Amino acid sequence: MDAIQKNLLKEVAALDALPVGAYNIRSNGKSTARNTTASIDIVTKEDKNGIDIIIKPGTKNQSVHIPVIISQTGIQELVYNDFFIGEDCDVTIVAGCGISNCGGLDSKHDGVHSFYVKKGSKVKYIERHYGEGTGRGKRLMNPKSVIELEEGAVMELETSQIGGIDDTFRVTEAKLADNASIIIHDKILTEGDQQAKAELAVEMNGDGSTCDLISRGVAKEDSVQEVIIKIDGNAACSGHAECDSIIMDRGVIVATPQLKATNVDASLIHEAAIGKIAGEQLNKLMTMGLSEKEAEEMIIHGFLQ
Amino acid sequence: MLKLENISFATDDKEILRDINLTIDDRFVAITGPNGSGKSTLLKVIMGLVQPISGRIYLDGEDITDLSISERANRGISFAFQQPVRFKGLKVRDLLELAGGRGKNGNEGFVHACKVLGEVGLCAKDYIDRELDDTLSGGEMKRIEIAMAAARGTKLTLFDEPEAGIDLWSFQSLIHVFERLYQKTSGTIIIISHQERILNIADKIIYLKDGMISEYAEGKKVLDQLALDINPVAGTDNLLGDIAWKEVR
Repeated sequence: MDAIQKNLLKEVAALDALPVGAYNIRSNGKSTARNTTASIDIVTKEDKNGIDIIIKPGTKNQSVHIPVIISQTGIQELVYNDFFIGEDCDVTIVAGCGISNCGGLDSKHDGVHSFYVKKGSKVKYIERHYGEGTGRGKRLMNPKSVIELEEGAVMELETSQIGGIDDTFRVTEAKLADNASIIIHDKILTEGDQQAKAELAVEMNGDGSTCDLISRGVAKEDSVQEVIIKIDGNAACSGHAECDSIIMDRGVIVATPQLKATNVDASLIHEAAIGKIAGEQLNKLMTMGLSEKEAEEMIIHGFLQ
Repeated sequence: MLKLENISFATDDKEILRDINLTIDDRFVAITGPNGSGKSTLLKVIMGLVQPISGRIYLDGEDITDLSISERANRGISFAFQQPVRFKGLKVRDLLELAGGRGKNGNEGFVHACKVLGEVGLCAKDYIDRELDDTLSGGEMKRIEIAMAAARGTKLTLFDEPEAGIDLWSFQSLIHVFERLYQKTSGTIIIISHQERILNIADKIIYLKDGMISEYAEGKKVLDQLALDINPVAGTDNLLGDIAWKEVR
């Protein structure tokens, strides 16, 4: 692995070396490193690009890393990763994609992740997207996550894209059974003429199910962001969505909340706000010695933390 | 030493400060006066939060009139806002780090900032990872605001109505924060206040009215004068406006 690839790995998966536990590292279109454990198996799909990650029932305190890195210009791929998480697990999955494109051709990674989370399991999913490179070729990513949570299953997702990706359309769809719960923290920063669209859609089909969707975005310069949050309450459930954005320069932000209840006991709330950084916030930090630029960076960093 | 020369400030339709001339070389100065008399604007002019339409400001002989807020902060001015600002995502820890000088003195500044937070009755351990958003009460935000300005320990610290929103218990702590700052920095503290207990401990009191300095003298002298002016029996106007005259007396 060269220095560029190592840096990408660090940015998307916070890895300086090969991780502990199960992992599969996909680099420039193929698996380059893999490790399985007694309770986590990783199998290459035969009918299409991608892998199956099979986590045995009762697996606790284990992690799986499946980063994807692209450092060659012009690579375009569509990858399917399916996660089968058995009953009563407690696991962390670290995914993410880093593209370094210094060439003239577009590089693109489209990933479809499906999660089948069995009864009572707890999953934490972390996905970071990162792009770099000075080439004319674009860095493009279109991730899709499809999630099915069985009774009492809990999934927490932290997804982020902090700069460097020219165009993205991220879709997250989840279906929740009785007492299942999902928490999504999505954060995005766009700059230049980047375009980002995110759609989070949760169907709460089981009594006692809950969801909390929090989206934070910062649109700088001429970038455009669109966030669509949909919650369907089809049972005695409760859902909350918060969509908060900072707009800067000539940025454009569209936030679309959509709540749908088909059950009288569904309780759904949506909050959305778009605004610039308040002058008084900058002033406060400047009275503590920061320059205006430093204050702005600190506010954005905190907002997306 | 802080010197203001011919400072005026106005909005489109109103004169807020009128030709203020002031030299402050005392350690602890309180500014009081009716609502709308220009107290907050005067402090904001000193910090650079608003620019005067005329006049000059000198800090230790240096003309700081054209310096930015940050430059003034780095020259040694701190400011506690009357209404603390909330930040989504930033934590108390972030402000503690800023107040502590971001590692300029190793960890010492940060530890000191934590200590000052403790002095306003907020245990740093419990608050360090709290977000500065609306999960904190107004009183908590206010105490953090005061502590962070004090923790910077600069040669000039400005407090805009620190007592507003502070309950009685923490009022005592507040006085202690000022006392410790007074001992530690050998600098100057300027406080806008309507509180008798703060006015009583001030070396000097500035009484501002209609954008002008009506009185600027030793604390007791100003208080005695104000008490005379607002004697309700004599039927004179209440010059203090929102200051409870009994409290001043």
